[in-house]
Amino acid sequence: MRLSPLGDRALRIEVGSTIDEETHRRVRAVCARLAARIVPGTNELVPAFASVTVFYDPLHVPESAGRGDIGAYARFAALVTDALTELDAAALPPPRAVEIPVCYGGDYGLDLEDVARQHDLPAEEVIRIHTAGDYLVYMLGFAPGFAYLGGLSPRIATPRRAEPRTLVPAGSVGIGGDQTGVYPLASPGGWQLIGRTPLVLFDAARTPAALLAAGDRVRFRAIAPNEFAELGDG
Amino acid sequence: MSIRVLSPGLLTTVQDLGRHGHQRDGIPVAGAMDVFALRMANILVGNAEECAGIEITLAGPTLSFDADALIALTGAEFDAMVNGERAPAWRPLRVPAGATLSLPRAARGCRAYLSVAGGIDVPLVLGSRSTYLRASLGGKDGRALDRDDVLDHLVPAPLSRSIAARVAARRQGFGAASWGAGFSFARLYSTSPTVRLVSGEHMALLSEGARAELWRAEFRVGAQSDRMGYRLEGPMLELSERRELLSEAVTFGTVQLPPGGSPIVLMADRQTTGGYPRIGEVATVDHALLAQLKPGDGLRFRPVSLEEAQRLYLAREAELAQARAAIALNHR
Repeated sequence: MRLSPLGDRALRIEVGSTIDEETHRRVRAVCARLAARIVPGTNELVPAFASVTVFYDPLHVPESAGRGDIGAYARFAALVTDALTELDAAALPPPRAVEIPVCYGGDYGLDLEDVARQHDLPAEEVIRIHTAGDYLVYMLGFAPGFAYLGGLSPRIATPRRAEPRTLVPAGSVGIGGDQTGVYPLASPGGWQLIGRTPLVLFDAARTPAALLAAGDRVRFRAIAPNEFAELGDG
Repeated sequence: MSIRVLSPGLLTTVQDLGRHGHQRDGIPVAGAMDVFALRMANILVGNAEECAGIEITLAGPTLSFDADALIALTGAEFDAMVNGERAPAWRPLRVPAGATLSLPRAARGCRAYLSVAGGIDVPLVLGSRSTYLRASLGGKDGRALDRDDVLDHLVPAPLSRSIAARVAARRQGFGAASWGAGFSFARLYSTSPTVRLVSGEHMALLSEGARAELWRAEFRVGAQSDRMGYRLEGPMLELSERRELLSEAVTFGTVQLPPGGSPIVLMADRQTTGGYPRIGEVATVDHALLAQLKPGDGLRFRPVSLEEAQRLYLAREAELAQARAAIALNHR
């Protein structure tokens, strides 16, 4: 693990340099430990693919006994290092499983046919592959409630659209390169849209506001339009 | 007691110190661009610093007050008028019922802050009243203020009432306190400031020439700059090595370098994470200088050590604490 500053009020903990499940487990372990042993001065933890960033307030980092003259960063980094001793990624609680119902194709997924054509597969096979996948939420970012998912089958990895859409509806499920994901909010977007979920991925009035959290296991389940309507009402 | 928006101005939003604690869910911090100015505006009217105020951008609103109110204006210089009379900034003002406050145009700087004793009362969304426009979160219905909006404020603290009691009320115009924020913060607001930059994770990836340019050149704030970030125009900064980077947390003042070579400075409405090289982070004490820039303004960087940036931050916090303490002491 390597610690380095992100400006004068944050510290990053680099636990790896690749997107893989082993690195992800270390990220989770760091977050779990720093949530259990809160280092004084900590404001917020932000996990990413291979790092955790700790936002802190230099004003509230305790003075260190003995070495009075070292700066807030050095003192904070020393406390973080102490808190992270003997970290055990194996002791993590099991991940949460989340099922996301998706109505594929048609008006729900305008690009499904096109994606199928690009891979020379029937649309049903694209759906089968997409729903067979076991996906891992590596991190959230980009937009409120947006989850970066790993685990898309290379068989349906598809380049982004040449022309991004100016408005993609909330809940749209897309493929962009080797990633798949769900748009939490209506926004412009360049991913290939293969379906849409009636679930609300982000609702500020709900606790938690984001449906998904880093570390979750996600599966997609194909539903028919009438089920979409029913779930959407609920 | 409420404030009515007679005309909204260019971009007038409710902001507090930001929506902290939710970045792990991808929720941007947002909040005041010039956090220092908003904090001082709150201190001047006896509010807690995290009270919501109004951020005013370049061309300001016209507001009317339906009851006597204690307010303060800080940040950019705006030639503010209360009932047609020039009103001073950086000090408590008592405006009478029926008063009209107008802030036609920024004379210097870009963003002014209006605090009202008690703080603006809009619902807390995920712990903050800040407006985040891209996701329609917080503030007044998730949007910028519009004509005929009515904003209420919360009950002023006892300190606010003591401050108001000592400011002479006038039936016409306004009463101004004989004291203010003490030193001229307005001097901080330049159209071509030099801000101090703490070296970032990828500073070492800059070619030697690019590093020399970074410290030498004057950059210009591009037209496509907003609360999310500033695109800087100037010399293209080349990387000596291209490296695929993984997205991770960024912060206010992060200077990132997309492949085109034109740096972007991330501001209040930045996304929580980014995948471009980060060449540095502007020292917190200089965030106000950034916040007061508008498209077309100049910007230079000079290096500062992390230790010095933190020392400056702690000194600034001590000044704010001192201001708070002095006001409380004088209004017991």
